[in-house]
Amino acid sequence: MSLETQQHDQSNLEKQQLNIGFVPLTDCATLAVAKEKGLFKKYGLDVNLSKEVSWANIRDKLAYGMLDCAQMLATMPITSTLGMGGWKKETVTSLVLGVNGNAVTISNGLYDELKKLNPEFDKQRPVAADTLKQLIELKKVNGEKPLTFAHVFPASTHNYFLRYWLASSGIDPDHDIQLSVIPPQQMVTNLEANIVDGFCVGEPWNQSAISNGTGHVLITSHEIWNNAPDKVLGMNKEWAYRNPNTHKAVVKALIEAAQWVDMHENRVETAEIVAGEKYINVPVDVILPSLTGKYKYHQDGEIVDLPDFNLFYKYAAAFPWHSHAAWYISQMIRWGDLPDSLDVKNIIKDIFWVDFHRQVCTEMGLDCPVINTKSEGHHLQQWELFSDNHSILMAADTFFNGDTFDFS
Amino acid sequence: MKKLNVTIVDDDSGRSIILERALKDAGYEVVAILSSKDNLLLHIEKVQPDMIIVDLDSPSRDSLESMRIVTQHNPKPIVMFTNDTDDSMISEAINAGVSAYVVDGFNEKRIKPIMDVAIARFREFQALRNELKKTRNTLEERKTMDKAKGIIMDQRQCNEEDAYKILRNLSMENNKRIVEVAEQIISITGALNR
Repeated sequence: MSLETQQHDQSNLEKQQLNIGFVPLTDCATLAVAKEKGLFKKYGLDVNLSKEVSWANIRDKLAYGMLDCAQMLATMPITSTLGMGGWKKETVTSLVLGVNGNAVTISNGLYDELKKLNPEFDKQRPVAADTLKQLIELKKVNGEKPLTFAHVFPASTHNYFLRYWLASSGIDPDHDIQLSVIPPQQMVTNLEANIVDGFCVGEPWNQSAISNGTGHVLITSHEIWNNAPDKVLGMNKEWAYRNPNTHKAVVKALIEAAQWVDMHENRVETAEIVAGEKYINVPVDVILPSLTGKYKYHQDGEIVDLPDFNLFYKYAAAFPWHSHAAWYISQMIRWGDLPDSLDVKNIIKDIFWVDFHRQVCTEMGLDCPVINTKSEGHHLQQWELFSDNHSILMAADTFFNGDTFDFS
Repeated sequence: MKKLNVTIVDDDSGRSIILERALKDAGYEVVAILSSKDNLLLHIEKVQPDMIIVDLDSPSRDSLESMRIVTQHNPKPIVMFTNDTDDSMISEAINAGVSAYVVDGFNEKRIKPIMDVAIARFREFQALRNELKKTRNTLEERKTMDKAKGIIMDQRQCNEEDAYKILRNLSMENNKRIVEVAEQIISITGALNR
């Protein structure tokens, strides 16, 4: 599909030259496409995409004004606003840049041990960590050293997904295993060198481990909780107040890019773009499985159809649901990263700008959810979200263990 | 007072050596210089630094933020500065491309002088690097000019001086830098000879 790239009126933009930070991962796709397909330009923006090597860099450069906006982990506007692990800086988002996109991969050695204990342990998906729990208990009895699992940032979505999955089978992530943080691009090397036994990371690093035979995928984040936000477009609150029209223009360009990327026929081209040197700089072969939904759990295994592994627009994926944010905060409280005395509702309202998102959608003539929260874990399959004059096709929001989460 | 133990994490070995010397001159103990490829958890546990200075663009930063240092009996998190760290110092550090982590509870007053040394050295190093880049560019440009002049001399059967005049005139007529004109001539000739 070709994109309509006629320029929009830009006279009201407070700022036209923007520095937007991103981390080279498959779900930087909408940013890359908006840049390469001229969508930023269409909305009057001259955007420099700044490749950053760490989430800490994204946080710090955003806080100190070296970046105007940035791709952030969905938890980061919360952690920055509340000053978890860094300084306090009020941060907001009005747009989700991608849902799902991560997986838990383990080493060949650990996989063999689990198979030995229970040959059928991964026969049925989604795979629970029950056999892993058994193995951990055995190792304790035998006095062996605990297993090490890695994720990518202290208060990352990956951290909470991994903990949630482990704890569901009775594994205490703070005492039964060691958790460490490793940059995404170093995950596979660390798995290969047996420095870690498993990790939770975004693509292309799980499929990269599969393609070179370093490990096995046990469960995807989509399986752990269907369609939860993983990346958002974050910015300082004061920046958002100062540049409302520019903010709108950025979101419009990115929504258009997300629509384009979510058309099945554009996924291969998207993969080629993000595989390029300016972005992830890896062979396109390791990007394709997740973006085209032809996923592999094992190097010599069958190809599994996972069309929703990476989603950017479909099923209201770009909408910053308050119930999603609330679940992340509930996990932060659960693991002692936040006190349980917070006014969660107001914190979320300040950070996740649903009204702004709606306003942009209205200006673009797009349908958008009219509610801010939905019940999570109750929809086992696709459903329709009705409002007075439209309906939106929504995806399942199941947790792998049958949990539900209601926030109001 | 006990000498402060500083660890440097930087993939640029030239810069870390300069910084190490500067810190030693200022009376600090540099206990280790590590790169992002080292197993930081292992090394840092072993050397027990009071402060870690790290290249802002090092991929190791996310790992550092998750670490704890076992001091005596209780593990303490490594934190990026502290709540009452001087805001302008942080801003200056980020602009200079340097970041730092200290063990929680570390005396605030002792951070500033070390950061001042690090910021100054990072700046100096950046200036050196820019200078080098400029020199390299000049060299490249001279090579491009020579090549373009050669092409003109061949085609017009003229001497170097005249070839240069032709280049200069083209540059003025087209309102382009002379080296850009030279590049164009080289690429066009290359395409025609293919």
